[in-house]
Amino acid sequence: MNIIKIMDYLSDSELMNTKSSRRDSFGHIKTLGKNVAMASIPFGLAATSTKTRATTLSMASSMMMADPLDILNFALTLEYLERNFYQMGLDTNGLIPAEDRPTFAQISKHETSHVEFLLSALGDDAVSEPTFDFTGGSLNLDTFSNYQTFLALSQGFEDTGVRAYKGQAGGLIDNADLLTYALQIHSVEALHASQVRRMRGEKGWITKSENTLPGAFSAIYGGATPESNTVQGGVDLSGLFNDLGGNNAVTESFDEPLTMDEVNAIASIFIVP
Amino acid sequence: MKNKIKIHDVNPLRRDRRQFLKLSGMALVGTSLVFMTGCSNDDDAPSPPEEIFDLGTGDLGVLNYAYALEQLEADFYTRVVNHSNFRSTFSQNEQQVLTDLYYHEVIHRDFFNTAIGVAVSGDLTKRLPVLEFDYGNLDFGNREIVLATSKTLEDTGIAAYNGAGKLLTNPDYLLIAGKIVSVEARHASAIRNIIATGSIDGADSKSFAGDDIVDPVTGLGQALSPSEIVAAAGGFITTPFTYKEQGIG
Repeated sequence: MNIIKIMDYLSDSELMNTKSSRRDSFGHIKTLGKNVAMASIPFGLAATSTKTRATTLSMASSMMMADPLDILNFALTLEYLERNFYQMGLDTNGLIPAEDRPTFAQISKHETSHVEFLLSALGDDAVSEPTFDFTGGSLNLDTFSNYQTFLALSQGFEDTGVRAYKGQAGGLIDNADLLTYALQIHSVEALHASQVRRMRGEKGWITKSENTLPGAFSAIYGGATPESNTVQGGVDLSGLFNDLGGNNAVTESFDEPLTMDEVNAIASIFIVP
Repeated sequence: MKNKIKIHDVNPLRRDRRQFLKLSGMALVGTSLVFMTGCSNDDDAPSPPEEIFDLGTGDLGVLNYAYALEQLEADFYTRVVNHSNFRSTFSQNEQQVLTDLYYHEVIHRDFFNTAIGVAVSGDLTKRLPVLEFDYGNLDFGNREIVLATSKTLEDTGIAAYNGAGKLLTNPDYLLIAGKIVSVEARHASAIRNIIATGSIDGADSKSFAGDDIVDPVTGLGQALSPSEIVAAAGGFITTPFTYKEQGIG
């Protein structure tokens, strides 16, 4: 089989998935909204009906996780934060250089969609939007007057987003629809993170817990399972790939989760109490 | 600048795997996964079995499925970085990115090789064998073709993991899949940006997360089922396998 045929196939399926007309798009989101609404009502039922085979296995772990409603509201709060951050950045004259505006417009578009998506999923159960302060309160960051600070915070928010969704996936394991939606948002945050990191002259992937952000944000790459972790599935991979990039490559190959508390601690720096 | 690329065999899996298993066997203790010894003589087991391998059911099937994709990605980048024109074809920055991708995908592949060996309690007949690949007349010395194929593989990897997450029942495996899929997304973003900045393919500065892979209305990335993925990526894989539980083969 040749590559062209494969590319054709993929672009066809991409076409089917995303290149729909505006009219179709509305139909699509309506369907999506309906699916999410249906999925969001019987949270309790989902665990016993759709995935009975999983119940026993995941019960122990799920008991330690937040329930899906809390997870979605947690995600919504992060998405509110990102949406506001990028909107304010784009609205600030002279902050983002012209050549970088399309990049941040694209990211901003996605974060706005994520907020709307989660709002439609949560309905009346959605938390309201906090008031944000991107100077970080007493940190007094020059976020909207210094592009490098804006870029640094963008990287921090995107990498935190990746780690936050990853940390909560287990809590959605009994609900196939919600889990898939969360994974679909998770991978988009990683596309953003890679881009912004490279705009800052870093690699798109995280090496150990190396941190070039303001000192107050070391928690973004730390936590109970820091990005320097080399143990995967009980296997310590350190020292096993010395001629394949060594431990740097090992840590780059796996992104790590943050717990809800760890994420909330990071986000709370920017939320007015 | 230190940017050394070790030249490996075109298919270095057997050698690396032998070393990897030997070393990691020592480390596999005290986890939720039950490690059984007995992998020491697997390397030389005669391959391949007579009947067509089936990826299996439940979590094992998903792990074998991921292993198939990581084998493909690792094999592809191994060929890319070992091509005699690698240094003359790609800029230094591009070489660094492609070399990192090579490292990461080989690590993913070898990780699954060991993790699945553990998950099947050493019954390695249940682990997907080493696959063989055929890229037809794909020119590994052609920058545009290599980057376009890389983009396809990384996009496919994201959609595959996103679509398979719901098939997992063990949260430990789900977490591992999550740790890997975001790295695949980081790769896709970088490759897409290289293509965009090189003005190939009509891509633009938004293509790192373009509307072709992120639904512009919902902001959701792609998720595809195993049957869709195998139809797309399976063309490179010459070793036949089935995934009866997911309706493939």
